Amino acid sequence: MLKQIEGSRAVAETVALCRPEVVCAYPITPQTHIVEALGEMVKSGKLTGCEFINVESEFAAMSVSIGASATGARAYTATASQGLLFMSEAVYNASGLGLPIVMTVANRAIGAPINIWNDYSDAMSQRDSGWMQLFAETNQEALDLHIQAFRLAEELSLPVMVCMDGFVLTHAHEQVDLPSQQQVDAYLPPYEPRQLLDPREPVSIGAMVGPEAFMEVRYLAHARHMQALERIPQLAAEFKQVFGRDTGGLIHTYRTEDAETIVVSMGSVLGTIKDTVDEMRDDGHRIGVLGITSFRPFPLHLVRAALHKARRVVVLEKSLAVGIGGILSTDVRMAMSGLHMPGYTVVAGLGGRAITRKSLHQLFRKAEQGLLEPLTFLDLDWNVVNKQLARERSVRRSGPVAENILRDIGTVASKIA
Amino acid sequence: MPFQPVKFYQTGTFTVGNRLLKPEDRSVQSHRDRSNAINSGHRACQGCGEALGARYALDAAMEATKSQLIAANATGCLEVFTTPYPETSWQLPWMHSLFGNAAAVATGIAAALKVKGRNEIRVIAQGGDGGTTDIGLGCLSGMFERNDDVLYICYDNEAYMNTGVQRSSATPPAARTATTMPVGPNPGNPFGQGKFVPAIAMAHEIPYVATATVADLHDLEAKVKRAMEFRGARYIHIFVPCPLGWGTASHDTIRIARLAHETGLFPIFEAEHGLQVSALPIRKQLPVEEYLKPQKRFAHLFGAKPELEVIARIQARADRNIRKYGLVKQQETP
Repeated sequence: MLKQIEGSRAVAETVALCRPEVVCAYPITPQTHIVEALGEMVKSGKLTGCEFINVESEFAAMSVSIGASATGARAYTATASQGLLFMSEAVYNASGLGLPIVMTVANRAIGAPINIWNDYSDAMSQRDSGWMQLFAETNQEALDLHIQAFRLAEELSLPVMVCMDGFVLTHAHEQVDLPSQQQVDAYLPPYEPRQLLDPREPVSIGAMVGPEAFMEVRYLAHARHMQALERIPQLAAEFKQVFGRDTGGLIHTYRTEDAETIVVSMGSVLGTIKDTVDEMRDDGHRIGVLGITSFRPFPLHLVRAALHKARRVVVLEKSLAVGIGGILSTDVRMAMSGLHMPGYTVVAGLGGRAITRKSLHQLFRKAEQGLLEPLTFLDLDWNVVNKQLARERSVRRSGPVAENILRDIGTVASKIA
Repeated sequence: MPFQPVKFYQTGTFTVGNRLLKPEDRSVQSHRDRSNAINSGHRACQGCGEALGARYALDAAMEATKSQLIAANATGCLEVFTTPYPETSWQLPWMHSLFGNAAAVATGIAAALKVKGRNEIRVIAQGGDGGTTDIGLGCLSGMFERNDDVLYICYDNEAYMNTGVQRSSATPPAARTATTMPVGPNPGNPFGQGKFVPAIAMAHEIPYVATATVADLHDLEAKVKRAMEFRGARYIHIFVPCPLGWGTASHDTIRIARLAHETGLFPIFEAEHGLQVSALPIRKQLPVEEYLKPQKRFAHLFGAKPELEVIARIQARADRNIRKYGLVKQQETP
């Protein structure tokens, strides 16, 4: 059913169609609308057979989900940013125990400085947690990915994070095709746990494991991710049969067939990049786009196959590994191992800094001309940076960095290009 | 046949021995068909109070629930000494997740059972004092405040024993731990304001709060059974001496626990919906020295020059407990 609806609401209504049995809620911007909507649906009786629990922290949200999942319930929660970090210990625990929890991450920057706007610092911080991480490009894809995520998680007994851009997607009102209950039921069977806390058949879960078995347990988590590389495209194909839409999968290529320059990215910024690429194509540039949907597991072979004919690769990512540069680009480099072509890392959009077509045009042209630095911070204001550096050189007690910079910029503290 | 004197009381106590009780009044531990929820063969130290407390509590809970019980466990001694596979001691469905989240995991288990309509199955969460009064307090308070249908049991041995006897917020004043060494002008743990989690539990006005020690099996079992008569959040705080961490003889665990009660240092009581409803009376109050002296963690108080002022402050705490919880019955004037 086509509906003009906020991204968060669309996700909540879709999650409800997946018949979750335990939903934990803890507020954090920009995720909160999702759990608010689910809470309303449970309270009004629209969503039955579901315990909605207002917990006291994100750490508790994931911990309650762990207990619920181990007792055979389909568990869901949502978070973002600091919330994801606060629950991090339990995030690792959930995957280590092999519990198929599904969680939405409304991607948001991590402080300090505190910032509520979109980038991928939060999800990237958990990239090695053992969770599968799927990134949505549009609101339609966000809700479709949730349906696939429950199926994927439960088949493999591993948790899945569905990442969607905070505000850009969560708060955007746009038309989506909301599936019917019959469609979701046809695609998503009831949860059949591999391990279950039940007095009829007592088991111990979470025992101390020493060097004699730890490696094997960890390897099997990796093996399941490798299995997911096969299952994710199959599940997307099955999804298309039921819902008639081509969403999900591991990667998406756009106009890459004869491309000399390929831009690699994730999430909603792919739309802006595709618009820019269309305009450049009109001007005769041979440029294309590779969108990564499945960041974990990372489809090394598909990425390599998509890139190997290009002459240069630009990875544009909303994340920064301080001290080295890119995170996504490091993985892309690994996929390109042995291919001789320049690879550029572009860190962009941190803390919600707008990524404009104008800036992308300049950026991609510079890449084509071989003028791009290996690591670029898109639209970095060098005047502001240099002023602070000069201040630090001139006086020992130069004060807090962020506050100095805000003062230098002036009253429009939230200025975003 | 040699002469066998009839023992009316357990040695050194006023507790009536099991054999003189009617079968229905005997302890769960004395039943041949007790569940052995924590089976023998685990790796606890000799004389471990926590192993004893957990066994008493869980066997009583298993009987009260007809073995329809699931347990969540915080990281700590109890988790470590019971689980190295394939030697798990747990005869009931049991889960360990993290150090600070046992209460929340139990909430999740209870929520799943509710949604599945399996209301006959009850949920216990358990942890040591570190996992309860420090790192797990947030999740514990959340579980209390929501009144989730969970019985949380804290086995309090007054320090982080699993990591090598470091101070917790349940460590008593003046006690030696690895992080409060008996050196300098004020040796041992400083006198703080204290953090008595049973009182914090009462402040949440949850249906049932109780304290107990491993010295009084009947009292402990009765409280676990009573807790199982309620739905909603319940809390039992069990005092469990640790021979290794306290520097006590392993055969003295029960005696030390009894002394904690009889000096007034550990008050034993019950509360319902935030109000105290009972106290286990002290028949004859003993001076705190009786409790402190057998423990090496307090040895620095009894050197060549005893720390009389410190001992007096500890005595004052015991006296205050006795007044606060009504632990000594008013003497009838002749």
